[in-house]
Amino acid sequence: MSLTQDTFAFVADVVRRRSAIQLEAGKEYLVESRLLPLAREGGHAGVDAYVREVRSGRRESDLADIVEALTTNETSWFRDNTPFSALRTHIVPGLRAERAVLDGLKVWSAACSTGQEPYSIAMTLTDVLGPGARFSITATDLSEQVLAQARSGRYSQLEVNRGLPAPMMVRWFQRNGHDWQIADELRRSITFAKHNLLDLPPAGPFDIVFLRNVLIYFDLETKRSILGRVHRALRPGGYLVLGAAETTIGVDGDWERVPVERGSVYRPVHAGAVPSPRPAPGTLTGATPAVPAAAPRVPVAGAPTSTWPVQPRPAATLPTAPRRPAGPAFEQGVTR
Amino acid sequence: MRALVIDDSRTMRRIVAGALENLGFSTVQAGDGQQALDLLESGEEVDLACIDWNMPVMDGLTFVTKVRANPAWRGITLMMVTTESEHGQIVRALAAGAHEYLIKPFTTDAIRDKLDLLGLVPAEEPV
Repeated sequence: MSLTQDTFAFVADVVRRRSAIQLEAGKEYLVESRLLPLAREGGHAGVDAYVREVRSGRRESDLADIVEALTTNETSWFRDNTPFSALRTHIVPGLRAERAVLDGLKVWSAACSTGQEPYSIAMTLTDVLGPGARFSITATDLSEQVLAQARSGRYSQLEVNRGLPAPMMVRWFQRNGHDWQIADELRRSITFAKHNLLDLPPAGPFDIVFLRNVLIYFDLETKRSILGRVHRALRPGGYLVLGAAETTIGVDGDWERVPVERGSVYRPVHAGAVPSPRPAPGTLTGATPAVPAAAPRVPVAGAPTSTWPVQPRPAATLPTAPRRPAGPAFEQGVTR
Repeated sequence: MRALVIDDSRTMRRIVAGALENLGFSTVQAGDGQQALDLLESGEEVDLACIDWNMPVMDGLTFVTKVRANPAWRGITLMMVTTESEHGQIVRALAAGAHEYLIKPFTTDAIRDKLDLLGLVPAEEPV
């Protein structure tokens, strides 16, 4: 069964107006797979019938359900690995080398979904900063539903199986019935809050911002404006971590790209300032020199096999994100 | 890369072996820990072993202990794949020398995530 163009156009319009996420042609499959559970719940034969009823009723709660279903993120622990090892081996050592005191580190995990990212950051920072070091993480998402789970710190067996190293699991989780409960020590380091990336950033300034697998859904103009806001929310010398398929290059020039392991992190460049005054030892270990901020380049073609981040709330109801040969339709369009 | 899949359930062996083959591994299978040890002793060389816990003849924990006791097999990465899901059991397996622990039931993505952690999944094309 496939969606009518009319249904798709309506859904795309609602989602764009309320979240600024662009669902371009080719995303019909996504819309259908995400809305089908809602349609079934309401006793409809399919998504077209469900959307027809939503359109005639115009109930606020229905529209909110649609936006939520299309913008909820799938996530696993230590997703993609590289950002967390970059945090451990480059970012924290880099900050430590540049600052007299590295205490009270502030991190923003934007679009944090059900919490695996901020908790993974918290586990990593606890390790790398050592006992007693204070840090705080502000974790935000558009969806109250995912934030509720994130706050609870309670995860199903299937969820803890996804990318959580066994030593971390036994250190930070306890069984709770069929589920696993994360340690209060980690929960206390994180403040969860509802936030739309189009609004002003949460109270900073931040030393590190994780904004992964989000920009790919926005058009160029919106990407630029989000990056601008993130830039202002970061302390000078701070770090921005994007998804593997994302870059500031060709979008916004005010960033210095620092190659780290298999990926990159970005540092804000401030007008009139010398970029990266004192490169931290160990920060620029990659052979590739940082790309001058003033020379925007076109992102490398053929790029990302990365995954579709908008995901299953209950893991069971939606297709699992393809990690490899990327899904056909929805990998295209949004990134360029 | 080559993987040894150890489970007394033929269906489970097929599922795990299938997932590994999709990730580019060649596989060899054993129905219990003793069969798996025999394979290694006969010269079978593997990079990874996926090990069920509860099996007849020799259980998975004993297998892990015996592999870890032989320096010749130091290079083998050991991952338990089992329904045993108590906190204490996971600790025991890690203490015995298992590198990772995957609880059944699992999705094939979960296997990939674990192998990624262990550095056993070929890197994707650089972006």
